[in-house]
Amino acid sequence: MTTRYLGKPIKRNEDPQLLTGQAQFVDDVDLPEMLHVAFKRSDYAHARIVSVDVEAAKAMPGVIAVYVAEDLGDYWQPSPLLVPPPPAQHVVFNERTAGQLAKDKVRLVGEPIAMVIARSRYLAEDAAETIFVQYEPLDPVMDLEAALAEDSALVHEGVGSNVAAHVIQEKGSYETARAEADVVVSRRMLYDRGASAPMETRGVVAHYDALSQELVVWDSTQAPIPIRNGLASMLGLSERQVRVIAPFVGGGFGPKIMMFYPEETLIPWAAIRLERPVKWIEDRREHFYATTQERSQLHDSEIALTRDGKILGMKDVFLHDTGAYIPYGLTVPLNTQCTLLGPYVVPHYYSEFRAIFTNKTIVTPYRGAGRQQGVFVMERLLDLAAKEMEMDPLELRRQNFIPPDQFPWNNEIIYQDFSELTYDSGDYEPILDKAMDMIGWEDFRENEQPRLRAEGKHVGIGLVMYVEGTGIGPYEGARVHVESSGKVTVVTGVGTQGQGHYTSFAQVVAEALGVPPEDIAVTTGDTGQFDWGTGTFASRGAVVAGSAIHAAAEMVREKAIQHAAEHLEAREEDIELADGFAQVRGSPDARVSLAELAANANPLRGAVRPGTEPGLEATAYFGPEMGATANGAHAIILEVDPETFDVKVHRYVVVHDCGTLINPLIVAGQVHGGVAQGLGNAFYEQLVYDDASGQLLNASFMDYLLPTSETVPRVEVGHEETPSPLNPLGVKGAGEAGAIPVGPAFAQAIEDALADTDIEILEIPLSPNRLFEIVRRATTET
Amino acid sequence: MENLFTVTVTVNGRQYERAIEPRLLLSDFLRHELGLTGTHVGCEHGVCGACTILFDGQPVRSCIMLAVQANGHEIQTVENLALDAKPENLHPLQVGFWEAHGLQCGFCTPGFLMTLLPFLEEHPDPSEEEIREAISGNLCRCTGYQNIVDAVKLAAGKMQETQAGPGGAA
Ligand code: FES
Ligand code: FES
Repeated sequence: MTTRYLGKPIKRNEDPQLLTGQAQFVDDVDLPEMLHVAFKRSDYAHARIVSVDVEAAKAMPGVIAVYVAEDLGDYWQPSPLLVPPPPAQHVVFNERTAGQLAKDKVRLVGEPIAMVIARSRYLAEDAAETIFVQYEPLDPVMDLEAALAEDSALVHEGVGSNVAAHVIQEKGSYETARAEADVVVSRRMLYDRGASAPMETRGVVAHYDALSQELVVWDSTQAPIPIRNGLASMLGLSERQVRVIAPFVGGGFGPKIMMFYPEETLIPWAAIRLERPVKWIEDRREHFYATTQERSQLHDSEIALTRDGKILGMKDVFLHDTGAYIPYGLTVPLNTQCTLLGPYVVPHYYSEFRAIFTNKTIVTPYRGAGRQQGVFVMERLLDLAAKEMEMDPLELRRQNFIPPDQFPWNNEIIYQDFSELTYDSGDYEPILDKAMDMIGWEDFRENEQPRLRAEGKHVGIGLVMYVEGTGIGPYEGARVHVESSGKVTVVTGVGTQGQGHYTSFAQVVAEALGVPPEDIAVTTGDTGQFDWGTGTFASRGAVVAGSAIHAAAEMVREKAIQHAAEHLEAREEDIELADGFAQVRGSPDARVSLAELAANANPLRGAVRPGTEPGLEATAYFGPEMGATANGAHAIILEVDPETFDVKVHRYVVVHDCGTLINPLIVAGQVHGGVAQGLGNAFYEQLVYDDASGQLLNASFMDYLLPTSETVPRVEVGHEETPSPLNPLGVKGAGEAGAIPVGPAFAQAIEDALADTDIEILEIPLSPNRLFEIVRRATTET
Repeated sequence: MENLFTVTVTVNGRQYERAIEPRLLLSDFLRHELGLTGTHVGCEHGVCGACTILFDGQPVRSCIMLAVQANGHEIQTVENLALDAKPENLHPLQVGFWEAHGLQCGFCTPGFLMTLLPFLEEHPDPSEEEIREAISGNLCRCTGYQNIVDAVKLAAGKMQETQAGPGGAA
């Protein structure tokens, strides 16, 4: 069958609304009598709270209420642990999550201490400023290694150390591998913290209608359904009484999947208590403290190889900074462990990590979710090994690829979804070849680079590979409905933050029902419409929700064909659906509209045949047995300015295989944005904490630099399509691919550009300053 | 409330009179007093450009201006670009963004559109470099900018066509 809508670069259904300023974001919700919230947040990274005086605040003009932890009574509770530790063999896990308002101790700058509710945000902020907190400052725990020292201050005294978790995973025996190895390369590597910084910060509006006893919450979350379920249980309401709407969301990138943020449980609670709508919108400064961050890890890693470049084994021992609490469990470091292996055969693998409590903002997944760090370690070690063995770095990679006939490939370690990490499909050599070809690897090496070097230019090239687990379970669901007007509606539980779901999901339904995508209305993220599912994370929207929608659409299609066959007195095999009609193949005059079929299927009188359901509607669910693995290569050409150490990226190529493409326009957009975020991570963005005071020093867009139109290069995207066997559409996730391997590609190219200095890039993010220091150190040491 | 000032502002061709606190930000005034929520607030410290509007025809950041400063001035917001969200009513600049997939979450988009509107009037046929410079003060976290650049090129072409076409400017 030729596809009509799937795989086509169709313009997005949601854009006209967004382009005209009509799309509704959380802060656009305005309700009569609405109150506004500002928080008094901790000024210290680590301190005991001696007293909190809110009397002055209560007396300020326009203030309706001020609450501290004690005022919450039984409602005060540590947030639920989102993901339990994995059932692996060597796992220690010390669960610590945050209550809504700090009680006796603050553990990070920005931890909420009191909630002020006033007639306007201005008045609420005025009042919050008058709250006097007496602290007894404690030493902040900032450095990962120092946190493990005997005499270190403790973030959570009850734990007895700063170890949040300790996990060992092992495949084969690395020691044996090492003993047989001809070459062993080991290094220490650091990946530091960044912020996801969506352009829209977080926000919550809650409205409790005492008459209908219904609570409606608008929340910029990636997971409206779990929020609904959790709120209902915490507030003692039935799930039917709570509706959570994630309207248009201005970027998510992971931290908006975290739950429950304190604000998400406090705002609804206050709205019920005060019987008035309550709104809280995070400001940008708050965002730098109160929204989760990621990436900080310190690795001691080792690779063992034979003389001719066959990988025998890897050993990786790392410290993972989880921040002050660990609400998201071990997803991030587990992803690091698993993604490190990449597209390579690694017969023996020893991986051990400790997650460390620090007095910094909480760490939860941010686009890539630990995968960056793993890819960085593996790709860097391969580069260093190649150099040591005087081998071509790409040849070394090629020799170690998992052969295409070996799939499914079991890596024998536990993945974030708690199943054994298994790659469903892949074919890596064509990806490498295509990336080399697109970037012009040979030509650059042989002609261009020597020519530019002769001109005194420091240009370098890099190419790295990765494999990414996407589209994990447990499940999503969807309902597809042909209304008696002929309009098609699709509802699903996942929220959307700019990934184009309104369009790609419409395309899936369009394909099945023969209705143009622009006539299909998709609703996502409103529990009033559909309330089974988990959320948008781990590049799973298109894979899991897309497959559920496909299944529901196929069921509707079957129903439509049955009804049409009856109506047109034809055989079912002869019916085809096109342009909103069911028609008999070959005789286009014998046709009936879907609208009429839908109306007939929902009669007002007469009888619907026993055993059938009324209407042209179906609900379906999809749960993949395991995650689908996408993979790809990134290649880069860049130039380093030898005076300023600024770096200009000249070319950027991404070749990736995310299975069947539903909409190449949208997928390419995801890749472009991912690369931009990756480059920010590699060279511009670093959250700088002062170790002595625990303060974040660059909590504004003036000091924390996001990449701009003048620093992000054009990204050339090449698609390969190896359909995933794990879902009917053959899709794999694409949301994170652009961001994951940018760091090591960048590092490799910088080393190449500065080959005369013999530097080694073992850390991310870099910056002109940092690069200068690295070069100076390398050149003065030799 | 103490100290309210009465301001008269023309927004999108319509005159509004409101009594407001002197400290009220222009962005909050537009969004919450007038209900024009198409202007977005991404940073409230003048860096991201999401809140860009036209102030007497010039692009400015409404988050670092006070509403009282707008007294007696003329403002245009994204809501003024098209009559409604019907595809046939979109401004060529909006169509350019739509066709080139120049937006993902769309939160930054109104700021880009308002920055670009006067730019395209001054540069009817801009080069890629000029476009990149023009939007370098607007942050977008989703698109990596390249489709925005393409959208501007596309829009420039469309706007020239409309201008050259029989009906004159749209
Ligand atoms: S909100 Fe005004 S510049 Fe960012
Ligand atoms: S489209 Fe999301 S920030 Fe630009």
